[in-house]
Amino acid sequence: MDDAICLTYDISPDDFTRAGEASSDVKKKLKQMGVGPEAVRKVAIAMYEGEINMVIHAKGGEIRVEITPERIVMVLDDVGPGIPNVEKAMQAGYSTAPDEVRSLGFGAGMGLPNMKQYTDSMEIDTRIGVGTKITMVVNI
Amino acid sequence: MTVRDVKDTLKARVLTGEDLLDQEVRSACGSDMMSDVLAFSKDHSVLLTGLCNPQVIRTAEMLDIVCLIFVRGKKPDDSIIEMAADRGIVVLATGHRMFSACGMLYGAGLRGGAV
Ligand SMILES: Nc1ncnc2c1ncn2[C@@H]1O[C@H](COP(=O)(O)OP(=O)(O)O)[C@@H](O)[C@H]1O
Ligand SMILES: [Mg+2]
Repeated sequence: MDDAICLTYDISPDDFTRAGEASSDVKKKLKQMGVGPEAVRKVAIAMYEGEINMVIHAKGGEIRVEITPERIVMVLDDVGPGIPNVEKAMQAGYSTAPDEVRSLGFGAGMGLPNMKQYTDSMEIDTRIGVGTKITMVVNI
Repeated sequence: MTVRDVKDTLKARVLTGEDLLDQEVRSACGSDMMSDVLAFSKDHSVLLTGLCNPQVIRTAEMLDIVCLIFVRGKKPDDSIIEMAADRGIVVLATGHRMFSACGMLYGAGLRGGAV
């Protein structure tokens, strides 16, 4: 744990065009650190989907990324409505996104399934009216 | 094939990345839904889309897409082109519609890759 690197990002809910900047920064840093391209891509895709969700479904929050030689841990902690039925939300194609979000290219209901697909573990801790905390791990 | 072959096949205009046209292209994906695109992760891919916003560039960035093709005459604004240029992503624009553009590339030998 001595050589863990921690990155923290504030995710603003106000500007959809800027959503993804944190994931972009993490991707750049992992590449610079020499992490393999396959792991970098998995982290980038999973975190980006999660970051977008924090903007379109919640009211932003914080993302913490911990990088060790063995794994990358992403913790996406949002202030939002919570997810009433996680099992349902995990189904491919399930989405509550409004049409305006769909016209921006999101809301296909593939975000959570993608996050699961691209990570080695994913845990959802959600509380109605409080927020959602998603922890994802990609092994290097 | 190369990005240049893609450009020639679609008679597309190069909006940025004129110096990156010799890169290899192995597969393609066409969609206006970015999560559908994100479910698809192949090396050396091109992305065809009619959606024109910064998240298209971000999606391409996360997937290491080599070339982005805006179909049906979509003209992204300068800030979007600049974002792509910063990331070394080629941007092409074609007047063809999505179906035709995909068909032309398929006919030229490009495939979607296994699902
Ligand atoms: N951070 C979140 N806070 C609240 N609800 C969420 C969050 N992430 C996902 N959801 C819920 O789960 C559903 C499925 O999410 P996802 O698979 O990413 O699809 P999409 O974002 O395209 O709707 C969303 O439509 C939303 O109802
Ligand atoms: Mg989503």
